[in-house]
Amino acid sequence: MADFISGFWNMYVMVLVALSILFCVFVLVSNMTKREKGPVELHGHVWDETLAEYNNPLPRWWMYLFWITIFFGIAYLAIYPGFGNFNQGRGQWAQYEAEMKAGEERFGPVFAKYREMDVMAVAADPEAVAMGQRMFLTYCQQCHGAAAQGAKSFPNLTDSEWLWGGAPENIKETITNGRNGVMTPFGQVLGADGVKDVANYVRSMNGLAHDSVRAQRGKEAFATNCVACHGADAKGNPMLGAPNLTDNNWLYGSSEATIIETVTHGRNNKMPAFGDFLGEDKVHILTAYVLSLSKK
Amino acid sequence: MAQSKHEKIERNVFLMIVFTLLTVSVGGLVEIVPLFFQHSTTTPIDHKGNKLDVKPYDPVRLVGRDIYVREGCYNCHSQMIRPFRAETERYGHYSVAGEYVYDHPFQWGSKRTGPDLARVGGRYSDEWQRVHLLNPRDVVPESNMPAFPWLDRPVKADDIQDKMRALNKVGLHKYSDEEIAAAPAALEGKTELDAVVAYLQGLGTAISHFR
Repeated sequence: MADFISGFWNMYVMVLVALSILFCVFVLVSNMTKREKGPVELHGHVWDETLAEYNNPLPRWWMYLFWITIFFGIAYLAIYPGFGNFNQGRGQWAQYEAEMKAGEERFGPVFAKYREMDVMAVAADPEAVAMGQRMFLTYCQQCHGAAAQGAKSFPNLTDSEWLWGGAPENIKETITNGRNGVMTPFGQVLGADGVKDVANYVRSMNGLAHDSVRAQRGKEAFATNCVACHGADAKGNPMLGAPNLTDNNWLYGSSEATIIETVTHGRNNKMPAFGDFLGEDKVHILTAYVLSLSKK
Repeated sequence: MAQSKHEKIERNVFLMIVFTLLTVSVGGLVEIVPLFFQHSTTTPIDHKGNKLDVKPYDPVRLVGRDIYVREGCYNCHSQMIRPFRAETERYGHYSVAGEYVYDHPFQWGSKRTGPDLARVGGRYSDEWQRVHLLNPRDVVPESNMPAFPWLDRPVKADDIQDKMRALNKVGLHKYSDEEIAAAPAALEGKTELDAVVAYLQGLGTAISHFR
């Protein structure tokens, strides 16, 4: 701070601060009176016929309080920023840097220990998993749930199904750079009836109730339109984040209506990138934590 | 005679007023007025002088901001990350004055019933923000944030040009006549939800790195 547009404002602050402190001193000194021997004199005014007021000096402890505030102000300005540009280096930014440095000294070695270890080894370390859980509850649970159970459109991380691959490097990549899972809308291409056929075929592959005539027609439409991403066997493609459609594991829901909605309008799902924000060390431990969840 | 010194002031109302005003204005003159004459508080730069990519509010984000104010979001959410390790670890880089140069009024808030939102932009997907605004419990079962189901309705766009002209009078950014003319079209077909999400997704993105 204190990057004034001209030197005038620096002087302005200093002069006003100095003047007001001096003024306080002046007022204090000019009002100091000593108690004298003998009867205390009265103020001139009388109220309600007989009510008069003694002109006693202020109690000494009270005067000391005023002096203390003045010395405190001067000492504060000598130690902290406030007197124009003086002491700028000792402000909140410097305190923050010091706090971060202390944090680094305390927690740096912990992170360094795990940085050297393989992700799978970190995932087996109870202390690291406990750290990972605390981070997960701070940064990840808003979408994936406190128990990583997921929600509609937010993947469950405790099963062994992975949209983008479950290898440590895949998970690390997902956390660091995020993912953008796009399902193209097919409403125009297939028509309402065609979409319903495909939805029935998808349900048939998961052993769910379906109309077998529609499913048969849907199978043909699937072979033309869907295999590019989901594969001929509908097992998905982790390179594209295309889900396996045969494992009865649903991101948006398995009802016919939901599948129709997905196929008609497509989906645009996004995992935000956390690499910049969290840094490599935390991503490393979070990756291990996520892996530890799915191993069970 | 000590009393004669202040008796003069005490018995003259005009003098009393003048001296009282002088005394109470010293704090403001020293602590507030100089802030109007600093680069870091009046231009989009950080406290070290680096240029920040703070964008003036486009019409959609502007409407979203007004809805944020209307719904009282600032009662529970601050937009100010203080330079403490505990805050920057959770929310990201601490806030700097230059990030708020286009905010009239600013939304710093003073109470955190919910988390700070100064860097919420990009932290969640648009979809999450939508679901969460309509009913927070759908994604965060433990949440005690109220639901805002009525946001899924068209924005009221008839006063956007007046708002932009009003901001031109107080703000650092001056909307051009073309920008003002194009504003209603930009709001065409937008819901209040779209506007709030656009506003939230832009928060704090001028400093995206952690440190």
